[in-house]
Amino acid sequence: MIEIRDIDKWYGTTQVLRACSTSVAKGEVVVVCGPSGSGKSTLIKCVNGLEPFQNGEITVDGVPVGDRGTNLSKLRARIGMVFQNFELYPHMTVTANICLAQEKVLGRSKAEAEAKAAGLLSRVGLSEHARKHPGQLSGGQQQRVAIARALAMDPIAMLFDEPTSALDPEMINEVLEVMVELAQEGMTMMVVTHEMGFARKVADRVVFMDKGEIVEDAEKDAFFGTPRSDRAQQFLSKILHHI
Amino acid sequence: MQYNWNWGVLLQEPYLGWLISGVGWTIAVASAAWVIAFTLGSVVGVARTLPNRWARGVATAYVELLRNVPLLVQLFIWYFVVPELLPDDWGRWVKRDLPLPEYTTAVIGLGFYTASRVAEQVRSGIESISRGQSMAGYASGLTTLQLYRYVLLPVAFRVIVPPLTSEFLTIFKNSSLALTIGVLELTAQSRQITEYTFQGFEAFTAATVMYVVITLTVTAGMSLVERRARIPGFIAKGG
Ligand SMILES: Nc1ncnc2c1ncn2[C@@H]1O[C@H](COP(=O)(O)OP(=O)(O)OP(=O)(O)O)[C@@H](O)[C@H]1O
Ligand SMILES: [Mg+2]
Repeated sequence: MIEIRDIDKWYGTTQVLRACSTSVAKGEVVVVCGPSGSGKSTLIKCVNGLEPFQNGEITVDGVPVGDRGTNLSKLRARIGMVFQNFELYPHMTVTANICLAQEKVLGRSKAEAEAKAAGLLSRVGLSEHARKHPGQLSGGQQQRVAIARALAMDPIAMLFDEPTSALDPEMINEVLEVMVELAQEGMTMMVVTHEMGFARKVADRVVFMDKGEIVEDAEKDAFFGTPRSDRAQQFLSKILHHI
Repeated sequence: MQYNWNWGVLLQEPYLGWLISGVGWTIAVASAAWVIAFTLGSVVGVARTLPNRWARGVATAYVELLRNVPLLVQLFIWYFVVPELLPDDWGRWVKRDLPLPEYTTAVIGLGFYTASRVAEQVRSGIESISRGQSMAGYASGLTTLQLYRYVLLPVAFRVIVPPLTSEFLTIFKNSSLALTIGVLELTAQSRQITEYTFQGFEAFTAATVMYVVITLTVTAGMSLVERRARIPGFIAKGG
């Protein structure tokens, strides 16, 4: 589904991604972790073309992301993305947030979009908040709306960039539960997160990044059982002991 | 100082008529100029934030040029210089057939100048919105046009209502400069009444009161706009 081959990326003269290669098969859940500044966000944003890259190739469902001829808007509409800071549109109600791209990008009717929104809101347990504005919701609730907004587009894959890092601890689980459910339903997911509990539970593979490189790309059990690199071992012992 | 107060003069014809007509022209110049300033200023302000380098360059040049030349100089340029620079046919048409030449020139001069100031407010409003919002919009498949139309501008315009109010007030005050190219707006009429009656205190007190009334009305109107546009639970960052 997602193929990433030999990606190099520079910001000006600093290289932030070095020959990164990995893939996410249909229905697979891949967790990406690594220290701050290692390039996780950058890599995941390359997947839907939010960040341009200089070398290498990324294809999603066979469509080359970096190609000039690719209709990025069309491709992005098929890939859901969830951000660390939710990024709901503050001036719109929850329902309007979920309907905007359905109507403007997919061309669905208002009624169709609202029906879809209502279904997804009930699924993430937020039906009674449909008419509120994002500023009136807690962080956990906002992130669940953001997930519903992405799902409303019927995506073929979902990208998550640290979806729980901006949340108070007591709200992390309500978001993770929604994500676990998605994973168990067979959604293709690429998830940047430090929630190793989530990784243990639903990940198929874990990708570990450091200084712009993919240092380790292993089956979940292999990664947690015997991480091969020192850097991954150090990282794991730090965050696991921290918890 | 010996001064013969005579407030009654303000109620006599033709002076009352002059005052009323002055208020009318002030409002007419300021409102028409505001339409230009708001429309053009929004376009230029948006252009300053676009990914396209050419759009940004042109918009920046516009703002720097118009904002840094004194308004009075700009009015003179529009009135005396521009008609000479136009192709012959156009120049002749402007000089002979342009309807209400003083008024039209004042509106254009004031409108284009104020547009440069509005553009700066629009730009800062857009830039106050986090990059993540654009990312989210693009990630869902919105085009740049849709992103601005549905996500960035509705928030940016709400954020800049207070500075736009002050630009709107300034346009009324700046409209008094239109008298230098012959528009008989409020300040010009007060001066004319003074010349005919020697009752300068009364005439300019009346003008002052009129400007204050206009200002208070605009302020009240804009705070109504601000209240109606308020987003529940939304706190703008960085003010
Ligand atoms: N717009 C930018 N301009 C220049 N450098 C950038 C930009 N965005 C990120 N970087 C740099 O690129 C590197 C990778 O950043 P990235 O955000 O991908 O890291 P990350 O692994 O997601 O870190 P974090 O865990 O803090 O989110 C960092 O060194 C960062 O400073
Ligand atoms: Mg990051």
